[in-house]
Amino acid sequence: MSVETTAPRQTPAEAPPPARFGRVNVFQRFAAWAGFDTRLMGMVAALAVIWVGFHLQTGLFLTPRNLWNLMVQSSVVGVMVGGMVLVIVARQIDLSVGSVLGFVGMVMAFMQVQVFPLEVWWNPLATILIGLSLGALIGAFHGYVVAYLEVPSFIVTLGSLLAFRGGAWLVTSGRTMAPLDTTYQIFGGGINGSIGATWSWVGGLAAIVILVWYFVSSRARRRKYGFTVRPLWGEFLVIAINVGFVAGFVQLMNSYPFPGTTVPRGLPVPVLMMLGLGILMSTVLRSTRFWRYVFAIGGNPEAARFSGIPTRRITLIVFVIMGVLAAIAGIIATARLNAGTNSAGELAELSVIAAAVIGGTSLSGGVGSIPGAMIGAVLMESLRNGMVLMDLPSALQNVVQGAVLVVAVWLDVVYQRYRRR
Amino acid sequence: MERQPLVEMRSIYKAFGGVHALEDVTVDLYAGEVVGLVGHNGAGKSTLIKILSGVYGADSGRIFIDGQEVTIRNPRDARGHGIETIYQNLALADNLDAPANIFLGREIMRGISLNEDAMEAESRKVLNRLRISVPSLRESVLNLSGGQRQAVAIGRAIYFNARILIMDEPTAALGPQEARQVGELIKQLKGQGLGIFLISHDIHDVFDHADRISVLKTGRLVGTVRTAEVTKDDVLTMIIAGTLPGKTQGNAAVAGG
Repeated sequence: MSVETTAPRQTPAEAPPPARFGRVNVFQRFAAWAGFDTRLMGMVAALAVIWVGFHLQTGLFLTPRNLWNLMVQSSVVGVMVGGMVLVIVARQIDLSVGSVLGFVGMVMAFMQVQVFPLEVWWNPLATILIGLSLGALIGAFHGYVVAYLEVPSFIVTLGSLLAFRGGAWLVTSGRTMAPLDTTYQIFGGGINGSIGATWSWVGGLAAIVILVWYFVSSRARRRKYGFTVRPLWGEFLVIAINVGFVAGFVQLMNSYPFPGTTVPRGLPVPVLMMLGLGILMSTVLRSTRFWRYVFAIGGNPEAARFSGIPTRRITLIVFVIMGVLAAIAGIIATARLNAGTNSAGELAELSVIAAAVIGGTSLSGGVGSIPGAMIGAVLMESLRNGMVLMDLPSALQNVVQGAVLVVAVWLDVVYQRYRRR
Repeated sequence: MERQPLVEMRSIYKAFGGVHALEDVTVDLYAGEVVGLVGHNGAGKSTLIKILSGVYGADSGRIFIDGQEVTIRNPRDARGHGIETIYQNLALADNLDAPANIFLGREIMRGISLNEDAMEAESRKVLNRLRISVPSLRESVLNLSGGQRQAVAIGRAIYFNARILIMDEPTAALGPQEARQVGELIKQLKGQGLGIFLISHDIHDVFDHADRISVLKTGRLVGTVRTAEVTKDDVLTMIIAGTLPGKTQGNAAVAGG
């Protein structure tokens, strides 16, 4: 006889689903072998369909000029989306990024125009430092209230959404601050905001060298531990695809000349910032303990705590990163506009969250990827850009973007269900 | 004089709000021994082990390890003393792979980078030691079977040379075959000189594995008995009525005082 066999046994919350084998098709097997993410490939395919669709409609979409502009337009959201991935993976949300962008941008513009002398070398430097510190401070405040005072992040950042939008107005009582420092405008990707053909190729080659080194060294390491590696020709194929992508991108950015000339603009500075931050986050940061802990917290907060992970501190740092990225987006947005306005970044939080979610970040936490989210950002911006080319009224654009977000998440739910069965 | 207990928790008190979760509970555990902790839901078993594993702090009471008084403020402290816990269903982060779970909180690093390959190789070794095969270690543990998941949880404990293992309902989620595997594992670990606190609802489970049984009822220790000297009915009486069967061993810690 046993004591409590009558009482229902505590069924574990996570009854393990049956292992899935034999359901993988050739395509998935190829993707796994090549180290490609099937999800990411799906997104790239969706992006290609959208691009070709718009091009067929307008005849203007797939031109160097439009794609160059598309990348610049994507950079504000693209810079922030990596932070939002971390926030959402850690089971939090940040609704305030648009307002923080606006507030920090306004403060920077105000300092630049009203407080410091314009066109001295240290003006942009000082204003940017102020902006970044302010972003970090706001993020730390959010993180502190969420992690230590245990106020739900939805509420904290909803409050900040209102408060910092109001704050952006209060800095100058609603006056627009313009024009800004010319050096500062480099960050906006305007007429002086790209690095030219030569430097673009230098950057591209550097990226290629790093890529090749990464593939070669990780192969060597896996051999050392006796893990299976791809056949050599497969390795070459994967490297070739990656190198081809980088080279193609640089070539594209070099195909859009300055007006009335044949001088190529090259990589725009804001796009470099977006790519740099994205690469930094998905390589260096991704390999740190911090990153692992963010995902552990998102996957199982209790297990994380029981493992001795300082969950509060990690949550705080996540919000600090988000704040700094919102400030960087503020730099790009104000520099691009060549003005500080109190409406900068309005509704940006929605684009950022949508991009993260479309990029495969799960709102239930624990799942997300930076490359996916950045493609999500480009995808959202492509829709906007294409609809502008089609001359759709902005009200209709909002309707379409909202619908796309819901459909994308629904597709994700279907995808997740398929994966688990 | 008898040998020193590996762990001794002496006069532990813990209250949540006005509710006394534990009142004056004293238990001990020797090396190479399995002590079963039994009692109804809410009897205080989980609270007691969470104090030992550093999840909660005790309101009062003392903890001795190898006769030395220790302070356990958090899970890190507990691990520092060789105490590892295998929770029923809080053990794993489902979205991470097996190596990430095994090394969670104690990653192998290479500079500021996680050394994923080293962790994968070490995980493979420790799982082989448990004679559990996991086909792909790079897959999230969500896709593993119940037995494989339990092996990951146990592997996580033994990799770091735990001396004191707390197992909270280790077989509750498992099928009979997998439960037998875990039973084998318990014997194996005991043979290696680990002390194990085994928490279970299933009295058969406890009788199969435990050398001694400590019974808790509404936050108090009813008593500790040697498994060999009592019947299952005796223990049931202790659990339900809260009374001793009258043939408790000499060193049994009895509630009260």
